[in-house]
Amino acid sequence: MTSQSPSTPRTAVDIRDVEKIYGPRDAGVRALAGVSLSILDNEFFTLLGPSGCGKTTLLRIIAGFETVSSGSVFLFGDEIEDLPPNRRPVNTVFQQYALFPHMTVEENVAFGLLRLKHPKAEVAERVRETLDLVRLGEFAQRRPAQLSGGQQQRVALARALAPRPKVLLLDEPLSALDLKLRQAMRVELKSLQEETGITFIFVTHDQEEALTMSDRIAVMSRGEVQQIGAARDIYDRPRNRFVADFIGETNLFDVTVEQVNGDTVVCRLPGGRPVEAAASGVAAAGKQGHVSIRPEQLALVKPGGDAALEGVIDRTIYLGTDNQHLIHLDDGVEVRVRSQSVEQDAEPFAPGDRVGIRINRGAARLLVD
Amino acid sequence: MAGGAATGGHSVSGAYAAVRNWLLAPSWITIAIFMLGPVLLMAVYSFLTKEFRGGVIWDFSLASYDQFFFDRGLFGDEPPTLRWTYMAIYLRSIIQAGVATLLCLVIGFPTAYFIATRPVHTRTIWLFLVTIPYWVNLLIRTVSMKFLIRDTGPINEWLIAFGVLDTPIKMINTDFAVQLGLFYSYLPFMVLPIYAAVERYDFSLTEASADLYADRWTTLRLVLLPAVKPGIIAGCILVFVPSLGAFLAPDLLGGAKNFMIGSLIEEQFKGAAGNWPFGAACAMVLLTMVLIAVFFYARQQARSAEAGQ
Repeated sequence: MTSQSPSTPRTAVDIRDVEKIYGPRDAGVRALAGVSLSILDNEFFTLLGPSGCGKTTLLRIIAGFETVSSGSVFLFGDEIEDLPPNRRPVNTVFQQYALFPHMTVEENVAFGLLRLKHPKAEVAERVRETLDLVRLGEFAQRRPAQLSGGQQQRVALARALAPRPKVLLLDEPLSALDLKLRQAMRVELKSLQEETGITFIFVTHDQEEALTMSDRIAVMSRGEVQQIGAARDIYDRPRNRFVADFIGETNLFDVTVEQVNGDTVVCRLPGGRPVEAAASGVAAAGKQGHVSIRPEQLALVKPGGDAALEGVIDRTIYLGTDNQHLIHLDDGVEVRVRSQSVEQDAEPFAPGDRVGIRINRGAARLLVD
Repeated sequence: MAGGAATGGHSVSGAYAAVRNWLLAPSWITIAIFMLGPVLLMAVYSFLTKEFRGGVIWDFSLASYDQFFFDRGLFGDEPPTLRWTYMAIYLRSIIQAGVATLLCLVIGFPTAYFIATRPVHTRTIWLFLVTIPYWVNLLIRTVSMKFLIRDTGPINEWLIAFGVLDTPIKMINTDFAVQLGLFYSYLPFMVLPIYAAVERYDFSLTEASADLYADRWTTLRLVLLPAVKPGIIAGCILVFVPSLGAFLAPDLLGGAKNFMIGSLIEEQFKGAAGNWPFGAACAMVLLTMVLIAVFFYARQQARSAEAGQ
């Protein structure tokens, strides 16, 4: 691994064809159906998906709490799937923190270092450093039960960071916190990752969390990786219907491909107007698929003219910075349109009005599966 | 509760408190009369004079305690020296009960852990299996144990039949027999509280410990045992206390020379040879010892809780 040039970052964790089946091989529950992915050194990598998609199972396999049914797991080039958890240089931040209740904050954070037989003086030094890093220095002598949820969260973080693991695994660590704290912790986690240079593997079902913190995201569903990429990639260029639907909000229209022009295709929308859409995957004329258009890429206009779709406003929902309009097209399809909220009196369209919908150029995307 | 108890608070909450106290009254009265009463009665009896055919004469006397602690010779006219007879019985009882408690812990902890880690719907079945022998009368069980371990019992006969032994191992009428009997009598009292503690234990703590490089032994010592300590302490008390006062197992399995507190006290209340005040005094000495132990334990707990602040 040493011969690699700095421009190609090292692979921290390499997952190859990992399958996990609970129960008998032919009749059990497939939690992971052949997952392969590479996580780079010093990366903030997120496993994102709905509950039951296999993201936590994959994390627990990396930690060593679960075994693979088949496939292999490499950590910096070494095969580790036969090592017990206590022999793997990775540490975990647990969802419910799992702090040792009978130990002080300091003893919790020192636990890993003491097991690694670091000298006492060094342990004390490192514990102080780590507690300062998460701004809990003054709470060293407290017990977990005497701390707030947010503070316990930071103790869990400090405890996992103190042994300076090669990879830090985080299992939905923010899910027990309230919204404000969660937002603050996102920023804190991201900067902690940058400061320490440790590879973070973060599991969440919260797409907003994933989008704000991650260098790259793997979207998972039903035990399979649906798409891997940077936040922008995944949001702007979802590879399939699941990803488009799961990440953010989108409008999906059933379409048939009419014409292929290189990277773009022409499809016919409900109502008969054609739309040009970027194609993901191989598209051929006559193929069935979905066109995905994000609500914020649509705008309400007067009906007729260059409007791509026409319908009646059913409802307008005020969301603070945005308004969301629900529009019933003539053939019954429901479309969501987002517009920046303006003063109530200035809103040009009201529920019951007939409106046209304009599609921003390049916003439509054809998804074949 | 006497008439207008000045609550000073809200009339509704005052009325509520009154109702609550009345509802608690049956429990308070029962505890006062039937739990505290006999203890107080024994405390009083221990300071009375014995009557020859059993019973007491209402004359204040320290004779029972004097008999317990001091030896004044056959006719009671020599200068007092410390008497070790009874203290030796107490010491032996403490050792026997202690060994029985330890046995219960060593066998009961893995049992409780095993049950608590079974799938939820099978735990009740396992717990029921553990308690099944205890639906049989203690006397019957102790007698069966005697048959099992005596020189011509199945254990010795089989070991001889299979050529493991030439002569039977002496088990009956030994300290071991008493410890075994006590262990068998009180094992569920160890299993149940530990089970309750392990069942509440958060197994992600074990994962966290392994994640932080601890091997299984270290995890047991530093994480699991401290977390279930209250259950272990409860189990030990529940086994140790009745073992200390037990008389069935020592009588039936220990033979004449393995006398324990329970038998000593039992004898004082049996027939014409009894001495009620002395029996009461023996019980009071035991109670005092336990209270002193509890006092020191509570003080130490309070100190370690303070240190945790």
